[in-house]
Amino acid sequence: MFVNQFLMLAAILFCIGVYGVIVRKNAVLVLMSIELILNSVNINLIAFSLRNGSADGHTFALYVIAVAAAEVGVGLAMVLLMYRNRRSVGLDELSGMKG
Amino acid sequence: MSVVAAETAEVVLSSGWFLENAFIIPIIPAVAFALIIFFGKRMPMKGSEFGIASMVGALVMSVGAGYQWIQRVNGAPEEAYIEPIIRTWTWWQNGGIPLGIGQHIDGLSIVILIVVAFISTLVQIYSTEYLHGDRRYTHFFASLTLFSAGMLNMVVAENMIQLILGWELMGLCSFMLIGHWWEDGANSRAALKAFFTTRTGDIGLLVGTSVLYFAANDWTQKTLGVSGFSIRGLSAWALSGEPSSTAITVGAVALFIAAIGKSGQFPLHTWLPDAMAGPTPVSSLLHSSTMVVAGVFLVARIFPVFYEGMNIYGSNVNFIIVIGAITIVIAAALAFVQTDIKKVLAYSTVSQLGYMMMGLGAGAWLPAVFHIFTHAFFKACLFLAAGSISHSASHHSFDMKKDMGGLRKFMPITFGTWIVSTLALAGVFPFSGFFSKDEIIDNVGYAGYTIFMWVGLLGAFMTAAYMTRATYLTFFGAPRGAAAGEHHDEHDAHGHDAHDDHDAHATHDAHAAHDAHGHDAHASHGPRESGPLITIPLIILATLAMGSGLLNAVPFGSEWENFKKWIEPRGQVVSVTGIDHSAGSHGESRVIQPEARVTAGYESDCGKKTPTDGVCYAPQLKHAKFKWSKAALSLAIVAAGIIISWFVSVQLYTRRNKVLVGLTQRNKLLGAGYAFLVNKYYLDVLYEKIIVRSIAYPISRGAYWINQNILDGIVNGAGTGSKTIAGWVYRNIDQRVVDGAVNKSGDAAQGAGSIVRPVQSGKVNQYGALLFGAAAIGALVLVIINT
Repeated sequence: MFVNQFLMLAAILFCIGVYGVIVRKNAVLVLMSIELILNSVNINLIAFSLRNGSADGHTFALYVIAVAAAEVGVGLAMVLLMYRNRRSVGLDELSGMKG
Repeated sequence: MSVVAAETAEVVLSSGWFLENAFIIPIIPAVAFALIIFFGKRMPMKGSEFGIASMVGALVMSVGAGYQWIQRVNGAPEEAYIEPIIRTWTWWQNGGIPLGIGQHIDGLSIVILIVVAFISTLVQIYSTEYLHGDRRYTHFFASLTLFSAGMLNMVVAENMIQLILGWELMGLCSFMLIGHWWEDGANSRAALKAFFTTRTGDIGLLVGTSVLYFAANDWTQKTLGVSGFSIRGLSAWALSGEPSSTAITVGAVALFIAAIGKSGQFPLHTWLPDAMAGPTPVSSLLHSSTMVVAGVFLVARIFPVFYEGMNIYGSNVNFIIVIGAITIVIAAALAFVQTDIKKVLAYSTVSQLGYMMMGLGAGAWLPAVFHIFTHAFFKACLFLAAGSISHSASHHSFDMKKDMGGLRKFMPITFGTWIVSTLALAGVFPFSGFFSKDEIIDNVGYAGYTIFMWVGLLGAFMTAAYMTRATYLTFFGAPRGAAAGEHHDEHDAHGHDAHDDHDAHATHDAHAAHDAHGHDAHASHGPRESGPLITIPLIILATLAMGSGLLNAVPFGSEWENFKKWIEPRGQVVSVTGIDHSAGSHGESRVIQPEARVTAGYESDCGKKTPTDGVCYAPQLKHAKFKWSKAALSLAIVAAGIIISWFVSVQLYTRRNKVLVGLTQRNKLLGAGYAFLVNKYYLDVLYEKIIVRSIAYPISRGAYWINQNILDGIVNGAGTGSKTIAGWVYRNIDQRVVDGAVNKSGDAAQGAGSIVRPVQSGKVNQYGALLFGAAAIGALVLVIINT
């Protein structure tokens, strides 16, 4: 079983996602990066589940997909509201949470 | 099962690379779709090169496969069973049920593959000129290519699941293409209507497929080792005498409902004329070789299921033939009252599809499939000619009464191709429509459905008449409106004001973009002939509209019936173990059959009796004997239609005959009939106002009532109660006890907060970085602890 390759792929996807979250200023792109991170986790879950020969990982992956869908729904709604109020989706302009 | 008679003949069927790999054909445009989406905008021709190249590739492969199929058939004895080339792979598994994907290549798939690839190629070439400068040019080609991919995938489908995949792809792409100019509300409504109406029928497809799967799977697995979705398995199962009549009837009716939706049969035909809102090349492709043919193809593909389920040849009437006959007449009647040239053609398509369905319902499988073939050419030609007129002569208008007339002098090529295709559509000898439509009518009568034969003849009369009317209005008489060189006001206003014809309005935007690119082809505003990219496809299609009937020219004798020889599945009992695939390379197969059955003129009992020593994949079909006396009758009817319609048109539109003009205003009965037709039998009203309202409105009203009275009551009651309690709590506990504690802890927190405040920069990205940094440190700590 080539678990290593799966893990490498997941790690690469994860890093790309983290990079996106930190660097990108566009809220939609940040949401997409978060999706990448979630899916890298899915790959890990499924890779280990394959190696252990149990379906638990698959089940968890399905949960993660469902949660991700909900998260994107909420996220996009927020982006939409942001756009309505400020006419932009740039995150650098949003510092209302500044303490 | 495998009792092989003593005297057997081994039939060696040749094969070849193109046949073995026909599953690649739909993949080519699918890949091209991805290329157009990702790189189309950066290419010199804005992505259309991918589309055209892929369609040419698909066409080359289809023709190659067609050539090898003909070799395969010609190499076998006259009545031998020709095994289709089937390949299958597991696509995915669900609950232990493997769902396959692959190819099922026989004569039917070959002929539709060639037609689809050929028409798609021409339409794409035509579109490069027609949509030149359109704002969504690249997306248009992407959808068009995916649309063809869907149809090709449906045609090569090995099983029902793959067929549904292609079917739905087409539904989606037709939505995108009809609503191509979605800025105009009417266009997006038409797109939605097309999508929802076909979806209504699609429910039948899902129900039918699952019913047949659960009924057939055990038998097919045991006997043939294939799943109950497989087309070959279903065909054999239907003819095996095994299925219960309930299961197969329910399955066949459900599947036919899907065909009604997709192929625009009565009563779900209402979306087809509205689909004219799309660009003309789309209408042409949609109405000739893809989409609407899908339903007819479905019935032809698993014909044995319908044969048994609907009891074709058996009783006097069946569901398919009735729906087909109704469709022929009502659609042809509607074509008389249209002023939009494309809508005339749309209703004519609906009517011709009715012929195909009626043919299938009467067991005239071959004439129906042949009619798909010939109809594709002349209908594509007619639509492209209509597009050519609107593009070059009538200022993007499709209104025959306002903006056309007398165009034959200005557009000789368009006129010539239109006339050829009209004659083919009307079924005039020796154009292609004659050989297919007359065969359908003849075979319907031969199978014993005399009433329906007369319906077919009535339809032929009406077809000839409404096409003559359209031809007269477009090409003869005096030029009117834009055709007379009149300058439309809205042209200067760039088409943003009110306009009668939504389609013209939308095309106008494309035209505005056209102007902006500095390629103004409208320097002179009179009508003129279109450019070569438009006329060459027209000429090619008109040539085929003239000549393609000769492929199965029954009147000239049996040696002309090539289509029958190559395409028609032969109803033969085939021993289950009698097919040897191991021989030779390239999937050559050997079929072992009793000697008697491979000689000419042998008729098996397939479809009549349960086969005892094998399985049947197709019923033995009947064929009418051609007689010139019968053909003369239908030709006379067509001629009468043309002549009567010509004189009425001349009287009505040119000479302003006092008896005819305004007849519908003066005579109440005729007026009511006219209004009934103009309002399309009030079917749209029935669907949108009555059915949708009666279902959707009570539900929403009921939900609103529950919301207002029950839920709000609970919420309000709870609110009042909690308000009283809250008031007491506020005064006594909150103000005195809690606030004191809070104020103290608040002070403490503020002190602590001021230390970490700089971290809370308000920048989301920074928060993210901190989060992942913390997670990384946590991970490191874990690793260190565990080692």
